[in-house]
Amino acid sequence: MLLIECPYCGERSELEFVYGGQAHIARPKNPADFSAQEWTDYLYQRDNIKGVHAERWRHTHGCGRFFNALRDTTTDHFITTYKVGESPPAALNTAKVGP
Amino acid sequence: MNDGLRSVVGGRIDRARPVHFTFDGRELTGFQGDTLASALLANGVHLVGRSFKYHRPRGILAAGSEEPNALVAVRRDEARYTPNLPATQVEIYDGLEAHSQNRWPSLSFDVGAVNDLLSPFIPAGFYYKTFMWPRRAWKSIYEPRIRAAAGLGESPTQADPDRYSNRFIHCDVLVVGAGPAGLAAASAAAESGARVIVCDEQSEFGGSLLGEPDGERAPKIEDERASAWLTRTVDVLTRNPRVTVLPRTTAFGYFPHNLVGLNQRLTDHLAEPHPDSPRERQWQVRAQEVVLATGAIERPLVFPGNDRPGIMLAGAVRTFLNRYGVIPGSRAVVVTACDEAYRAALDLRDAGVFIATIADVRGHASGPLWEAARRAGLAVQTGTTVIGTSGRLRVNSVRLARVDDHGNVVGDVQTMPCDIVLMSGGFTPSVHLFSQSRGKLTWDDKVRSFVPADPAERVRSAGACRGTFALAAVLEDGATAGSAAAGDAGFVNTPRRPAAPAVDSAIGAYAGALPQPGHSVGAKAFVDWQNDVTTRDLAQAAREGFRSIEHIKRYTTTGMATDQGKTSNLNALGFVSHEIDKPIPEVGLTTFRMPYTPVTFGSFAGFARGDLFDPTRTTPIHDWAARNGAVFEDVSLWKRARYFPREGEDMHAAVARECLAVRNGCGIFDASTLGKIEVVGKDAVTFMNRMYVNGWTSLAVGRSRYGVLLRDDGFIYDDGVVARTAEDRFHVTTTTGGAARVLASMEDFVQTEWPDLSVWLTSTTEQWAVIAVQGPHARRVLEGLVEGVDITAQDMPHMSVARGRICGVPMLLFRVSFTGELGFEVNVPADFGLAVWEAIYAAGQQHGITPYGTETMHVLRAEKGYIIVGQETDGTVTPDDAGLGWAIGKSKPDFVGKRSLQRPAMTATDRKQLVGLFTLDPQVVLEEGAQIMCERGQQTPARPIGHVTSSYHSAVLGRSIALALVAGGRARMGATLYVPMPNGDVPVQVTSPVFYDSEGARLNG
Ligand SMILES: [Zn+2]
Repeated sequence: MLLIECPYCGERSELEFVYGGQAHIARPKNPADFSAQEWTDYLYQRDNIKGVHAERWRHTHGCGRFFNALRDTTTDHFITTYKVGESPPAALNTAKVGP
Repeated sequence: MNDGLRSVVGGRIDRARPVHFTFDGRELTGFQGDTLASALLANGVHLVGRSFKYHRPRGILAAGSEEPNALVAVRRDEARYTPNLPATQVEIYDGLEAHSQNRWPSLSFDVGAVNDLLSPFIPAGFYYKTFMWPRRAWKSIYEPRIRAAAGLGESPTQADPDRYSNRFIHCDVLVVGAGPAGLAAASAAAESGARVIVCDEQSEFGGSLLGEPDGERAPKIEDERASAWLTRTVDVLTRNPRVTVLPRTTAFGYFPHNLVGLNQRLTDHLAEPHPDSPRERQWQVRAQEVVLATGAIERPLVFPGNDRPGIMLAGAVRTFLNRYGVIPGSRAVVVTACDEAYRAALDLRDAGVFIATIADVRGHASGPLWEAARRAGLAVQTGTTVIGTSGRLRVNSVRLARVDDHGNVVGDVQTMPCDIVLMSGGFTPSVHLFSQSRGKLTWDDKVRSFVPADPAERVRSAGACRGTFALAAVLEDGATAGSAAAGDAGFVNTPRRPAAPAVDSAIGAYAGALPQPGHSVGAKAFVDWQNDVTTRDLAQAAREGFRSIEHIKRYTTTGMATDQGKTSNLNALGFVSHEIDKPIPEVGLTTFRMPYTPVTFGSFAGFARGDLFDPTRTTPIHDWAARNGAVFEDVSLWKRARYFPREGEDMHAAVARECLAVRNGCGIFDASTLGKIEVVGKDAVTFMNRMYVNGWTSLAVGRSRYGVLLRDDGFIYDDGVVARTAEDRFHVTTTTGGAARVLASMEDFVQTEWPDLSVWLTSTTEQWAVIAVQGPHARRVLEGLVEGVDITAQDMPHMSVARGRICGVPMLLFRVSFTGELGFEVNVPADFGLAVWEAIYAAGQQHGITPYGTETMHVLRAEKGYIIVGQETDGTVTPDDAGLGWAIGKSKPDFVGKRSLQRPAMTATDRKQLVGLFTLDPQVVLEEGAQIMCERGQQTPARPIGHVTSSYHSAVLGRSIALALVAGGRARMGATLYVPMPNGDVPVQVTSPVFYDSEGARLNG
């Protein structure tokens, strides 16, 4: 069971959270202008990353807020969490992974 | 009770407290402090079980939880029957009832042992190869018979009556294992002020120290006897309020972020457990730092006939002797590749056992233990291997032969009579938890084992589990690790390093099979005792081309028994490495998985069983419904009244009566479970326009509308009536099961996509009790009860909403119908729900008001062709498919799902569309989920053109009705289709999905 740091509440058990898929995929403002391929990509295409992954979580059984996280998919370790609307912290490649 | 099987003094048993127990009905006596294994050995019982596949007689191999052979069942009463317990882990108590397993009719005469003679015909992969055909015979014939014949223990036949508890806890340092390394680590960490948890799977702390001799031969730690040091150290830890001391507690799993699962056994060792005590407690420990001091497991040697009762691990014999005062034999042969066996031989000799010989596989022996053996006058033969053993139910001799420098067996065979054989192939560090934590392992050639390398968690290994064996080094390693762990958790200290003997008895190790003459003989050399895997099985797998150890494991089942290969994996690896001529590190290692040792289902279930298995949600009217005979059904977590049978009615009769009551008079229905969300804010209407397919701008305050929600892929997600209760306020209803996910989805959009919108969402599901009053008399029932609202047809038309009072209670009244009849839904604060329900029910008596349940609700809505999300929809249904195209706000630039609805596939004319079906025989009720074909008698494979989504008997129509999704269904009106059933095709006619009052006149009554 993961230990996840909600940017609003602090560290809490994974039990309180729900995973929300890949982060930073904004819904288009003008879907009507999207081609079928572009719309399909938006709907269905997601990265399958081995390594540092930017993803969404929601503190469902806590403050209820959505937030973003960087997690290493090979170790399950979180590198950082940050609020919706913020950019992922820089230096993804040099991010410290693990203990 | 001393017939030479117990030492005269010594050991950690309490000789003043005899304990009476039974094994297979035989009455035996041991002492307080005995395990079942030690007590059996003290009674001269070596034959304890039959092996899994060949039903070979088996004894006790080990002294700890790694025991692969001596699995027993312990029975307390009918409901408390626990199979597959290692006898080495069962503490005896007065009245303990233990049984051997996997034998019939008796342990000493077992019919299944014929498998041993048939074994040439049961090679590796036998089941895979033999029982392939015919395929359907596998489930009905082969599998049940194989399971019956190749058995472990039986399952208990009754529900588990015990309680199991669980606990979450945080600590600075968790120490797993309370042997010398763990105790040194826990002490060092505790001295720094850290919060420490230290656990050990055994009944007492001490680990390997428990197997050391006491008295003058005792090893010294800090100038005192090891036993005294142990007592003092445990005492100091126990009295420290910041230290949690957990014996009988197995760390069974290591999970991400330093979460370690512990299972504490609280009552299994007690003759009369306190009735209020849980049987086990599962701890979920979140540790800042973890120190693994899990020790090492002695490795057996692999030689023909190495599985006879009486052939034991040398260290285990030492433990039985020194810890339990058991003398397990009178004449011993010692076979070893490790110095440890010399220590065991010396201890045994001191206890009066005759050591026939020490056969050392190594070409050369040296060191302090060898010298001590020589000084004691023990015969040592180096460069010697075992080529066979004899003895049916217990070993009575071994055959030894010399091995030359090239590993070839040479010279004469020497037969040595004996009644016990000690063997030692060195020690395998217990890296299970470290590996579970995803730490990297590395091969250590000195100990012929894998040891921990780079950690993936905040974890350290100390002592034997990382290949450090001499007591002095182990204590130092533990103290250093404990201190460093506390330091990393923010507690500074300087560790004391307890002084101790530096003799390393774990020198020498062997992985694989001992040298054998020429091509092997018939006798089996076991690698995996519990799964009956021999060198021949592994050799065959290698011969058949298997190279990956993971494949060999699955093909031969080596290491796949409940002991997960604790005593066998390294020997299997060593043997395979030799067979395929590849170094062990390149052959690789199988994955370590939790649990370290088996954990009861009860421990995982904890409190979550029976009524506490899942939360139950009940409405304010629940108790009334129960009192009035309702039959309930589960809808998500809710209990909903399904129907209200009267005396002598079955469901069919009750539902027919309830349906007619609503159609002809008046029914009352508890709709409180409907999901409700209050959408509030100056941008509420904008938000609603974006979320729903419908347009909301034009919806006046005091009106409501049926709303449809899509996912962005264009498929129906949920539906429900939405009322506008103010310019900036909507009362949204959802399906009962969809309430939480709809709110979550709305929150997602509000928080992440449209944070600029000023809108707030609140779940109000449990705020309101909702009482549906439906039927031609509905208005008359409510007339006299409502205040401040005019419910005439003119002032309160269909789909209007008004605030008022009922029975003096504030009310939000909907004129709405899910039945097709004149209907109202009375929303009142939940606390008043029951009172208002009872008032309406009383007022309705003169109009024949009838309570009805969800089953009737389903029939009534199906008669009207109203869909239920999840029944008529399955995540691939668009609004147009469901006949809801009219709901879409055509002028809106965007809403969730709109772009997807414009994809060509979403507008194709052959999409499955909602239609009605009439069976040609009006009394045949179709099965929901049945497939629909366009022709009669089609052979498979054939492509169905649709399926039945809802099917009922309609009382008001006097016939069956069904809703279905049929490809191009709306263009097939009047066509005959076929529903294939086991008894033949059922012809059906496609019709409108609205079966009753198609013009909707009754709604406006
Ligand atoms: Zn939070």
